[in-house]
Amino acid sequence: MRQAYWIFATLLSHWRRHPLNLATLMVGLAIATALWSGVQALNQQARASYDRAAAVFGEAGLASIVSARGAFVAQDAYVALRRAGWKVSPVLEGSVRIGAASYRLIGVEPLTVPRGSPVSGLATGGELEAFLRAPGQTLAAPETLGELGVAEGATPSTDKGKALPPLVRDGTVAPGLLVVDIGAAQDILGRPGQLSRLIVDGDAAQPDAAALAAVAGDALRLEAAAEGGDLARLTDSFHLNLTAFGLLAFIVGLFIVHASIGLAFEQRLGTLRTMRAVGVPLRLLMAALVAEMVLAALLAGAVGMVCGYFIAAALLPDVAASLDGLYGAHVSGQLAIAPRWWASGLGMALAGALAASALSLAKVARLPVLSVAKPLAWREAQQVQLRRQGAFAVFCLVVALLAYVAGHGLIAGFVVIAGVLLGAALLLPLALSGLLSAGEGTAKQALAQWFWADTRQQLSGLSLALMALLLALSANVGVGTMVEGFRKTFTGWLDERLNAEIYFDAASAADGARIAAWLARQPQVSAVLPVWRAETRIKGWPVDVYGTRDHATYRVHFSLLSELPGAWDKVRDGEGVLVSEQLARRMGLGLGSTLAIPTGDAVWEAPVVGLYPDYGNPKGQVRVNVDHLVRHWPDARRTSYSLRTAPEQAEALIGTMQAQFGASLARVVDQASLKAASTRIFEKTFAVTGALNTLTLVVSGIALFASLLALTGLRLAQLAPVWALGVPRRRLADLEIGKLLVLAAITAVLAVPLGLVLAWCLVAIVNVQAFGWRLPFHVFPLQWVVILALALVTALLAAVIPVARLGRTAPQDLLRVFANER
Amino acid sequence: MTVIDRTERSDRAADAAPLLRVSGVRKSYATPQGALAVLKGVDLTLAAGESLALLGESGSGKSTLLHLIGGLDDADAGEIVLDGVRVTGMPDAERAALRREKIGIVFQQFNLVPSLTVADNLAFQARIAGRFDAAWQDELMRRLGLAALAGRYPEQLSGGQQQRVAIGRALAVKPRLLLADEPTGNLDAATGDEVLGLALDLIRRTGCGFLMVTHSTRLAARLDRQVMLASGVLVTP
Repeated sequence: MRQAYWIFATLLSHWRRHPLNLATLMVGLAIATALWSGVQALNQQARASYDRAAAVFGEAGLASIVSARGAFVAQDAYVALRRAGWKVSPVLEGSVRIGAASYRLIGVEPLTVPRGSPVSGLATGGELEAFLRAPGQTLAAPETLGELGVAEGATPSTDKGKALPPLVRDGTVAPGLLVVDIGAAQDILGRPGQLSRLIVDGDAAQPDAAALAAVAGDALRLEAAAEGGDLARLTDSFHLNLTAFGLLAFIVGLFIVHASIGLAFEQRLGTLRTMRAVGVPLRLLMAALVAEMVLAALLAGAVGMVCGYFIAAALLPDVAASLDGLYGAHVSGQLAIAPRWWASGLGMALAGALAASALSLAKVARLPVLSVAKPLAWREAQQVQLRRQGAFAVFCLVVALLAYVAGHGLIAGFVVIAGVLLGAALLLPLALSGLLSAGEGTAKQALAQWFWADTRQQLSGLSLALMALLLALSANVGVGTMVEGFRKTFTGWLDERLNAEIYFDAASAADGARIAAWLARQPQVSAVLPVWRAETRIKGWPVDVYGTRDHATYRVHFSLLSELPGAWDKVRDGEGVLVSEQLARRMGLGLGSTLAIPTGDAVWEAPVVGLYPDYGNPKGQVRVNVDHLVRHWPDARRTSYSLRTAPEQAEALIGTMQAQFGASLARVVDQASLKAASTRIFEKTFAVTGALNTLTLVVSGIALFASLLALTGLRLAQLAPVWALGVPRRRLADLEIGKLLVLAAITAVLAVPLGLVLAWCLVAIVNVQAFGWRLPFHVFPLQWVVILALALVTALLAAVIPVARLGRTAPQDLLRVFANER
Repeated sequence: MTVIDRTERSDRAADAAPLLRVSGVRKSYATPQGALAVLKGVDLTLAAGESLALLGESGSGKSTLLHLIGGLDDADAGEIVLDGVRVTGMPDAERAALRREKIGIVFQQFNLVPSLTVADNLAFQARIAGRFDAAWQDELMRRLGLAALAGRYPEQLSGGQQQRVAIGRALAVKPRLLLADEPTGNLDAATGDEVLGLALDLIRRTGCGFLMVTHSTRLAARLDRQVMLASGVLVTP
């Protein structure tokens, strides 16, 4: 034990003598852990909210029985199943609008709801009676009560004029969710005798399709459990993208760790040999090195976790706003951290540290006690390493190509990106070496020749940091191109889509009809266009069906990606529907395909006559003629309208409408405000991406700084002879800065095409797989200039302190280089 | 009663049970031009308390033989037995234990741990061998003139001072055999003489065997015996 203690203490003594090396190692580990764990905290926070929403039915992951023909299950079928001994519980779901906000309303039956549900406790408590008997109760999260601006006991009304049972605060219910008795839900949602689905009790024996058919014929079908419910599925891609960014930042951080550990290994080579020579067993030495790394990972990881918490807390408002705007998901703004977050974060720090030190540990394991008798010349050794690296780079690129050709899904998309990025990063030293050789060939003066040759020699020490810089810069180019492209497309698309001057929601369908009739009589209004909506599910996926009137507003401005001849006529006549791009991709639909749309109690089989872009919408969407919408969905929400009027009269008209209809008008907004709100959601979404992007670049800057700092001491041997030959220290410092700027500039120039490849992968593969829509590909050359400047500034900032140290190196320190030569 | 001198006593001891026995040791290295035989059958014995100088030209294989005896490398053929234990063919972990507990090695390049102070460097091997003796450590520090330098780091010492620390480290463990590879090669003549004198004095106190590789016949003459390595075999100079 004492033996192990002294070995460990001796290894640790290195860090005491090299505090900067220790600092870069710890900073690298902490940053990598912080960015990764920050992103994970955000994901965990959001998923916890989804789970709370799904937990109304007890433990997530319960199977359901749904209608095989329509969107709803008849209550009679539920009764028949219960009589046949099935342990099922009825659920009715829908959304209600209260004021300007939408809420998810769920009706449950507390006596049969599976165990684990917040409402199952009512079955044994005295509150059961209060929940079931008139006026009943509405269970809601404290956040929801706050949002509604009401206290417990309030009975707010929906847009259809239905009052909710008195509100009761319940911390176990997810924000944005209202839980009522099934009977109350049927009344509020206007669906008497109808159920959304039947939850199968997880404790009961699981039924099979044949048993179900024996009781209910072909009217019902079994649906497998979905983790976390709709929200979890809809937001999966959002979180996967966030995770991918966190992973990229983590890997860039590990470059710092790898550089620090590599340097420490080089500096301790003599010590390790000496330790072995005086009898330290290899196994014990290896164990001590691993223990040292574990200690560093735990300490730096813990610091990183704390930083990650603050990063997550800073980004949470934007993430919550994006999730709310894009998916209608209510995520609590108070960051709550689960113990497994700590465990997984520290686990990542540990795994990352060991991965980054694997190469050095392997070298120690093979370290001969005696120094190698015939060391390869530096140039030869570097060439061998470059050749190996090149071969691995080609392997990565081949894997990326195979994933592109043969792979499917989002994971394959990320494999393509990872393969391309890693392959390109590994090829960077080869490319730099070639370019520097070319520079050396053109140099005429001795100092210029030395400049190029010495820059090339520095490559091996700086290549890891430069690779990290390349990754960060190309991520900036790639993500920047995608975001700018999205912004450009999205803005143009919004202009086309939101071309009515005013949009309003009435408090109820009757109010809507009254307001529409009044508007139709106003001379300044050229058209009152209903935008009515019904909700359904196609193959388990939530889909909104919009009904609009045939009008030039749509025929002229509503752009379609592709259409059959006379598409708008067919929609008007009920002979076809328009389908959003993501729904078409998900269902494999093309022009002329038949889409089976479950209505209230049947299935409407409609031909697809056109496809249209619907950027940013996680749900599927179908556009039909409003008359057909009402025919198939008599209970469709008939409260939304758009108005055409002269733009300059919009503001006055809104004022008149508000004065005329007061509370009957739930929401009225002009075109500019609606566009601004949509753009705000977009900006919030990409604010998170932008923040992670910037942090990744900062991390790569630190990697460069760490490498330069580490190399400062080692550079003396190269610089001292040049100084001795008469080049002043100041000039040497300038040349050092010049070398780094040359390397950074070349790296930045190479990052542009790599970034464009990354952008193409994001646009053509990841976006399509993740969200179901494809953006047009745009390039933004001004961004490239910014990136080049950013690279040079990063390199300059990273070089200032190390080069200043070199410039201030005392002559006696430079002379020591010669004193040590023997 | 017959009086026997020190050399005679050590010869008898070596004959009875030598501390070190090297028999028929061979070693060659692979080179681009083919195998290069460095040692072609070396035989050698060393008694406890005896000192032996190993002379030879550069590249004659002196250091190679020292490394084989110290268990730092393995012979192609032959046998090395130290203190009754066969070193050749010994697994790496056992060789490490042997070096740790029974052998002290002084390298030409000192090979001190740069991040440890003089005192910690000197105690290093003894500590990992579990044989640290504070009184002996103090005596070594004092005798080697290092007491005032205890808190310094190797880079703050002169070459002579560093070599004294290296000798102290090798002796701190009270080894059975002390190996030194040109211990004065990096020192001027006066400092080299002084360091060797100190070393010999301490070696006599511990009673360990001492094998020193050197170029200098002058320094070699200060040891009990001298052998020369030429063309891969040992000859008497």
